[in-house]
Amino acid sequence: MGEKEFLISNNIILTSLTKMTNWARRSSIWPMTFGLACCAIEMMATSAAHHDIARFGSEVFRGSPRQSDLMIVAGRVSRKMAPVLRQLYDQMAEPKWVIAMGACASCGGVFKNYAVVQGVDEIVPVDVYIPGCPPRPEILLQGIMKLQAKIDKEKLRI
Amino acid sequence: MVNTEIKKETMILNMGPQHPSTHGVLRLVLELDGETVINATPVIGYLHTGMEKTVESERYIQAITIVDRMDYLSCFFNELGYILAVEDLLNIEVPERVKFMRVILCELQRIASHLVWLGTHALELGAMSVMLYTFRERELILELFEMCSGYRMNSSYMRVGGFYLDFPKGFIDRVKDFIDIFPSKINEYETLLTKNVIWKERTVGLGILSAEDAINFGVSGPTLRASGVKWDIRMAHPYSGYEFFEFEVPVGKHGDVYDRYLVRMEEMRQSIRIISQAVENLPEGSVSINNPDIILPSKKDAQIGMEEMIHHFKIVSDGFSVPQGSTYIAVESPRGELGFYLVSDGGNKPYRLKVRTPSFANLQALPLMLKGIMISDVVAVIASTDIVLGDVDR
Repeated sequence: MGEKEFLISNNIILTSLTKMTNWARRSSIWPMTFGLACCAIEMMATSAAHHDIARFGSEVFRGSPRQSDLMIVAGRVSRKMAPVLRQLYDQMAEPKWVIAMGACASCGGVFKNYAVVQGVDEIVPVDVYIPGCPPRPEILLQGIMKLQAKIDKEKLRI
Repeated sequence: MVNTEIKKETMILNMGPQHPSTHGVLRLVLELDGETVINATPVIGYLHTGMEKTVESERYIQAITIVDRMDYLSCFFNELGYILAVEDLLNIEVPERVKFMRVILCELQRIASHLVWLGTHALELGAMSVMLYTFRERELILELFEMCSGYRMNSSYMRVGGFYLDFPKGFIDRVKDFIDIFPSKINEYETLLTKNVIWKERTVGLGILSAEDAINFGVSGPTLRASGVKWDIRMAHPYSGYEFFEFEVPVGKHGDVYDRYLVRMEEMRQSIRIISQAVENLPEGSVSINNPDIILPSKKDAQIGMEEMIHHFKIVSDGFSVPQGSTYIAVESPRGELGFYLVSDGGNKPYRLKVRTPSFANLQALPLMLKGIMISDVVAVIASTDIVLGDVDR
């Protein structure tokens, strides 16, 4: 094998633009620190040493919606909080994804009353729903992996 | 003529409800003169869940799961306070073993809650690694909770009249393992922070709350004790068998952020002391009272016997009724006095449940502590009061 062929075969990967973009997007999903209630504590536990969300490329929690790709709605959303949540979602740059973490964010949970939004999908489009009250860190990690699988299948949005 | 007078204008800065360092969804409206805070107004209600109203439509046994989720860092205290109130109305005296078990769970929960406080407090002042250490030990406690109740948080393990199930085999041994290793871990955190120059620069003499102001604002818990007031409900009005245990109530001198830090660190050591006494002297016996109106039959019997199944069905579907009356029971949660005012009309659902939450009262003193400090110190003072917004808004 000549030198040129060797360099080509070992240093060049052929792929489509869609696949490469999706690979880059799925491997560094930066979540926003959007803790609301109990689930936020489990979200913190997920990012701590024991469960280590960094294994999935999502350890960079950002305080600003402008810098984040993923909104993990961790906890119950009250009627007063709903417009704030929508505004934060609108401020996030495309491409953006939403995980509804826990029973309250998914469907209102045990709180069927005047104060709690019955599922955050009334306000923003949700990509992955995670059950549990609060979900264990392992389920949150699985949710992120499901989201990665979903991103893999996305068509390139320009 | 040139006007030499400097024009003074204040700036209004909005902080929250989406902010990484407000411990949830607290919103503060800060009035600033340059970088100095002149006035701070907390805006709450972003996590209002309507729990007190929801409880009115749930049976007594169901309401445990609702109150559980109020202060999500100290679930067992919510359960205990509510259950003690119901037991008081029912006029029940639980067996001693139940009291000791409750104390073990609560003190473990206090340590877990203080660990989250310490981790986030240090994180907000830029000491990232402390959080990784504290969450390492917190996992050990959550594993213990999972072992006995089946879930890490919000476990609804306590019941009116005792427990449904006893501690599993090997649980006490694992608690003993934990109390063996944990004191050295507290020393580890203290090595990182207590004499750290940066930590002291940022906390000593900051956010001072005088004892008089603290009492006037109804502040309780470690925030009150750091101001030099020796007030702990476990000591002043013992509940659930706290009179059997020997422990000290740490108090501070200056009422600043650093003193609140020292008080909570010492409280963790005292909790370990209480747990080791409770584990050593854990009495044998039943884990619930002998009252078939309230206590479910065992699962094994309910699956075989017809009578037991009907009995099980009756309690689960209809609940039990509580005599008419009202009561107020307070417990010492990691944040302070957590009080439950329960009114019963004689039915199987609470007529009214008003919760006096420590975070709500402590938050009222926050503007006082923030007045006159620099804007970069605001997060340090918020973290030192250790508020939980679920507890404030309910």
